Amino acid sequence: MSDAMLYGLCGAVLVGLGLFGLIVHPQPLRKILAFNLIGGGVFLLFGVVARRGAAAGLAGDPVPQALVITGLVVAFAATALAVALQVRLFQETGGRPDGQMDSRP
Amino acid sequence: MAFDIGLALLVLGVAAWTIAARDTFAAVVGFVAYGLLLALVWVRLQAPDIALTEAALGSGLTGGLLVGASARLRHAEMPAPGETPGAVLKLASTVLCTLLSAGLAAIVFLLPEPAPTLAPQAAANIAATGLGNPVTAVLMAYRAIDTLLETVVLLLALVGIWSLAPNRVWGGFPGPRHQADPDSALTFVAQLLVPIGILVGIHIFWVGSVAPGGEFQGATILATMWILAMIAGLVSAPPVSRRWLRLLLVAGPAMFFGIGFAGFLAADAFLAYPETHAKLVILMIEIPVTLSIAATLGLLVAGPPERITQQ
Repeated sequence: MSDAMLYGLCGAVLVGLGLFGLIVHPQPLRKILAFNLIGGGVFLLFGVVARRGAAAGLAGDPVPQALVITGLVVAFAATALAVALQVRLFQETGGRPDGQMDSRP
Repeated sequence: MAFDIGLALLVLGVAAWTIAARDTFAAVVGFVAYGLLLALVWVRLQAPDIALTEAALGSGLTGGLLVGASARLRHAEMPAPGETPGAVLKLASTVLCTLLSAGLAAIVFLLPEPAPTLAPQAAANIAATGLGNPVTAVLMAYRAIDTLLETVVLLLALVGIWSLAPNRVWGGFPGPRHQADPDSALTFVAQLLVPIGILVGIHIFWVGSVAPGGEFQGATILATMWILAMIAGLVSAPPVSRRWLRLLLVAGPAMFFGIGFAGFLAADAFLAYPETHAKLVILMIEIPVTLSIAATLGLLVAGPPERITQQ
């Protein structure tokens, strides 16, 4: 079994772990975390495809590699939006009556 | 091989701990470690460009965002008694997730042999782009339209976050106010690290044309330095209604679109570059795009407007 295959299996397990967390955790932030775990696993599977495509003197196929970089940036943007939605929802429903809350940790 | 097995087990262990930890803050810390370990995995998979992005963005910036959110959402993150799933649901999800992982693992073993690849085409045409890093060539030349749309997606996410501002603070300062404490270690670190970090960010951006690095990695480091200075209270994010800020945010995508349409005149297709000046045109896109992405990433972390005055 090659290194790429090993990390491919790792990515497959990560997707399963993340999905489990997404289902069983009721807390909103834990769901966002679990979703990012799934993302890491999917990117890793894609990275294995890139590594297997090594040819023409390149150590990996640059096209899937570039797509993973694009995916990481979009995943961050989506996470930031999801977190902002959660914080706003909490301010509306769980914060102090004036809609403000103590933001210091 | 032994190192790879150990690293894979460590990634899985940290990921499992991130799911199993009782406290959300602890889970977030686990997630940051998970991101850094994944960056190592990318190095082992010979993808240093992704490793840089994962370490800076997937671990660093996402981690910072989630640490801030876990502090603000502390009360919402306490599991209510009625919400925790029962044994049946847990068992059913374990079965479902095991099946999913097993299916994906089977696909990994059934991948076609020899593996389909675009690497020869990427290597054959790289001279025409004037770049030395094939990943940058894909991002900026072969699949430039993906990158163009990605800059637009970042802006849309920021518009979405700003739209969450309550009416009375619309156009105000994003995020909570951080007071500067001249004697604190944080202020010291920010003063020491930010100038160096800005230089590192510019360097990573600049070498991206020939070596691992590029606009996203460089922009992420620049954004991180801005956020560090904001958290230390050394600078304040400007009110979101400022005209110069909005111009900065759209400068990158606007330049990208402009050069894309100019491609119709210069080379007969959208986003086609004139072959003799490809590198110059790519740089003309990359510099404003890097600045716009850095500003957008920083404001994505800062969050929606929350104050109408500085205080």
